[in-house]
Parts: sequence; structure tokens; C-alpha cells
Amino acid sequence: MPALLEARNLKKYFKSGGGLLHAVDDISFTLEDGKTLGVVGESGCGKSTLGRTLLHLLDATDGQIFFEGRDITNPTKEERHAFREKMQIIFQDPFSSLNPRMSVSNAIMEPLILHSKLGKDDIRAETRKLMDTVGIARRFENAYPHELDGGRRQRIGIARALALRPKFIVCDEPVSALDVSIQAQIINLMLDLQEERGLAYMFVTHDLSVVKYISNDIMVMYLGQMVEKAPAEELFRNTLHPYTKALLSAVPVPSLRGKKKRIIMQGELTSPVNPKPGCRFMARCQYASEECERPQNLEETSPGHFVSCHKYKEIDAAKGDAV
Amino acid sequence: MPENILEIKNLVVEYHTDDAVIHAVNGINLTVEKGETIGLVGETGAGKTTIARAILRILPTPPAKLRGGEIFFESRDITGLSEREMRKVRGNKIAMIFQDPMTALNPIKKIGSQISEAIMLHNEISRTEAERRACDMLETVGIPSERYGEYPHQFSGGMKQRVVIAMALACNPELLLADEPTTALDVTIQAQVLEMMQGLKDKLGTSVVLITHDLGVVADICDCVAVVYAGEIVEYGRAEHIFDGAARHPYTIGLFNSLPNLDSSERRLKPIKGLMPDPTNLPKGCKFMQRCPDAADECGARSPDVVEVEPGHQVKCFYAGVNK
Repeated sequence: MPALLEARNLKKYFKSGGGLLHAVDDISFTLEDGKTLGVVGESGCGKSTLGRTLLHLLDATDGQIFFEGRDITNPTKEERHAFREKMQIIFQDPFSSLNPRMSVSNAIMEPLILHSKLGKDDIRAETRKLMDTVGIARRFENAYPHELDGGRRQRIGIARALALRPKFIVCDEPVSALDVSIQAQIINLMLDLQEERGLAYMFVTHDLSVVKYISNDIMVMYLGQMVEKAPAEELFRNTLHPYTKALLSAVPVPSLRGKKKRIIMQGELTSPVNPKPGCRFMARCQYASEECERPQNLEETSPGHFVSCHKYKEIDAAKGDAV
Repeated sequence: MPENILEIKNLVVEYHTDDAVIHAVNGINLTVEKGETIGLVGETGAGKTTIARAILRILPTPPAKLRGGEIFFESRDITGLSEREMRKVRGNKIAMIFQDPMTALNPIKKIGSQISEAIMLHNEISRTEAERRACDMLETVGIPSERYGEYPHQFSGGMKQRVVIAMALACNPELLLADEPTTALDVTIQAQVLEMMQGLKDKLGTSVVLITHDLGVVADICDCVAVVYAGEIVEYGRAEHIFDGAARHPYTIGLFNSLPNLDSSERRLKPIKGLMPDPTNLPKGCKFMQRCPDAADECGARSPDVVEVEPGHQVKCFYAGVNK
């Protein structure tokens, strides 16, 4: 059986002042039904662009996208309309992703009006059902977004995404704008929905503790490229790429015990415009040497664990020596 | 006796709008010792930023109203100072780092002159001397001084926040109010900025009030923690009184439980149920009562007193002293 979603050598370049901006550069992965792929990286690494390209909110520059075994890279208008029902997105900022002049029920109803063949009454009933599903009280039916807090707004965003019973949802930083107590409510809701409906998620975030919690596989992106991908547990236990190591060590831990030595990376993301061949992380990498200027390939080090680094073996061995 | 740089007594701040009165800060007491870093932790709308703005006297008035309380800075009540006197304190002895470095800088002025402006305002020195000091400050925060003449848009977010920090520290303040200084930054850049702040604090001996919602950041750099909920400090203590299961207030415990626990095998998080109460219509008794798993009748009747459960660890809860 084919995977639910597959990307093959997906690329998305933008024309920019100085040349071509490599936002997504040669990304391949598969996602099975009901599973979650976490995508992490710093702002500007291309993680949101990847999500949007998969959904055709942006058109891919090169590469292929397969959904349920069908090539959907260059869809006709009708095909595009049809697979929108199956692939949806939850946006980051519930403060700007809702139309301020649309009431709660109208906002949730909109996809149903556009796509389903239901009658008026059925749509209304379905809308109420969706509100119950995501936990928005009926009394908010006629409220407008400005009257609601961030958590409730994000629930509306989720209800909109669920309305057409999709199989795959891109969740683009869905909890980043929320307070922790509310964030936990929304994550639980998303996990419940996944179990009930067998949804597959691509969970784009910069929050590593959340991503470990929710994902089956995690992909780490750096300047448009996948530098490491592994099952969630494995990535945290057996981190190979120096960028992933630095990223993980930078997360502040809410505990005073066992403070680990933090790897402070020098500098910031370099420009994704006309990148040189070779390792893009090189400029910030403490292990970089001449060989890193050569292009590198993803290597599968153990089943499902991919890394793109010339020196990961050396680094791993050095670590062993130190201990 | 350690010297207190800042002492807030019973601070009450309200915002008066046409329709309602928003009770933003409801009787806060807080002491900051010299050289200490204290974390003000809480969720959006808890009143953290209002506290910082009240200290600096930059609340928008109206609608804000200081309804009561005293703020002693270096043993002098600054709530009564004239605006003229306050201007000598603000930016000079007390400085603030604002949350969003993208909007805290003037986009049409060179970053260097934005720093030297602050220095010249508070010191009787020549322009050249001020520029020299601004260059030093830039180097201190890790920006080459050649970038003195560049504009904010030429800097990345992390670099802009360094400029903002350089500006805040330019006059060598006694007290630094840092309002979510790293929230807008990536974790890797956050780590750089936090390490730099820690280094500067050790070097200059500045006292810091760090406002944040991130308990991880607090664990990293704070000596003391005050947990703010609905305009009140519900728990206060040294870091070791709060972290690693030492917290006693149900709200603080709830905050920790809401975080994804990387060691837990449970498939669900444990959020705090419900939402923070509406600040225009706060409940009479304990403000956390509606969301509290341990609430009893007593909690609705009156607001709990602050109990000292161990030396230096204060909790505003009826049941804090009771062992569960």
C-alpha cells in the first residue's frame, strides 16, 4: 500500500534580489496514515514553506508530491479543489488567520459551503457538531474573533481544518502563540482528534519539547535542507548531526537539576540565497573542515535514521573518547 | 543584611475604560536584593508587564491608574517623584528591555546614535565621548563597533535585541527590567542572548527583573521566582523553592504539569482546566479557585493570606501549609 503522503526531491525556490532563495531544497519523506511527522528548525529554515508547498498553497519548483499514491505535483484546478478536502492546514497565529468580520459559526461553516453538497440545515447541524468536537461552547456561535482568547480562536482554526474530514493536516506552529496551560489543552485536543479520526499530521514547530511529545518521526531542517531525520525517541537519544545537537542543547529546561553544558552556536543562519554547495551549517559548526565544502548526501545510519553530515562518525567517536 | 534595590509595597494598578475597570495588578509586594535576578513568571494578561511599567512610571495614563502602593527604589519612594526627577532615574538607574526588538528601535536612526543619545541624556559628556562609549557598549554585547552607523533593518532579530540590551545597559543602570527579552528569538539565539545577559550581570552587578512565561528561561538565570496570576503574586521563593517539585501553589504546580514531560510515557498532557478569570470581573476569594483541583468552600469566601511555608518561600493559598 502506498504511503498517505510522499515528497520526492521537493524544491521550492523564490526569486529574490540577489538570486534564487532556496527555501526548500531537495526534501524527501513519506508519511503514513495516522502518524505525525514533526518538522523543526529555526525561523527562516523553510519549514513553513515546506508545509505550504505540500498543500499547493505554493507551487513546487521541482520534485514530486504523491498523495494516496497519486502524483499531485501538477494538479488541474478540479483536482486541486478535490484534494483540498483531504489536506488541510492549521495556521500559527489565531489572531490573524481568522476573518475579523466573520462570526464563529460562519467561519467554521465556510469550508462546508464551498466544498460539501449538504443543505443549509445540515451545514448548520454539522457546524454545531464541529464546535462540540473542538470544545467551543454554543454561546459563542455568533461571537466574533476579537471577543475570544487565543485558545478559543485556535479551536476555531482547528474546526475549520476538520470540517471536510481531511486525512492530512499541516499544523504550522499551532500552539506557539498560546500560553502553556492553554497549549496543553490544544495539544490534547489534537491528539484526541488524531486517534478518533486517524489523522496524519505534519507538525511544524520550533518547540522541541512539544515536537518530541507529539511526533512519530522528526525532521530537522537547516536552510532549506533536511539535516537529520529519525524516529522521535531515537533523535533525542542518539543525536548525530552537530546542528541537531546544538538545537537540542539550546532548549531551556525548567529544572535546576542536571544542567547540561550548552552548545552555544556562533552567529546566525547564513543567507539561503544562492547557497554554495557543501554543508550549509558549516559557518556555525565547531567541527567544520575542508571536506565539508564538498556536497553531501543523506546517509541512513540505522533503520529510519538519516543524517547529512560528512563528519558525524568522527564527532560521535570523539564524544566516546571524551567520556 | 543584604541591601534591597527595589521594594514594592501593595501595588494596585487599574485600567479604566469606558465600559469597565480592569484590575491588572492587585496588591503586589515584591523585594529585589542588590545583584539579584528575579523572574516574574505568568501567563498573558497576568499583569507582569504592567508591574514593570509601573516601576518605570511609563504606564499609559489614562487609561491606567495607580490606585495604591509604594515603590521604593534605593530606599526612595519613586511613585511620588515629579516627572522631571523621574526622568533622571528612567534609562539611567532603571532601564528596560522591551519584548519586541523589531519595534523597540527607531527605524530611521542609526543604531549607534540611538545608544549615544541615551548616554548623552544622562551624562555631561561630549558627543565624541558618548560615541566612544556607545562603541564600547556595542562590543560588550558582541556587535563589532564598525556597525555603529547601520540602521535597524540591517540587523537580524537576535542582533537587534543585542542593540536594545546595549542601549539599556549604556548608562550602567542599577536595575534592569527585561520584559520577555528572548521570546521573539529562536532557541539558539535565545541561548546566545541569555548567556550574554548572564555574563554582563556578573560583570556589572546589575539587578534584574526578568519577565517571562518560560519556566525554562527562569531556571537558567534567575535566583528568585515570583509567580504572577491575575494580578497577584501567588508564589514566591528562591529558584530551589519552585523547581523540581518544590512548588506549593496549585497554579505553579499546574504550570509545570502542563509542560510536555519528556520522560513520561503518558499520551496526554495535563493542562490547567479553564481560563484565567476576566480581569474586569475578578472572583471575590482566591482568583485561581475556578481552575483549582483542590478548591474548597473557604477559597470562594475570602482571598487567602500569604503563608510562609519555609524561610523565604511564600504561597498565597489556604492549603499551602497542609501536607497532601
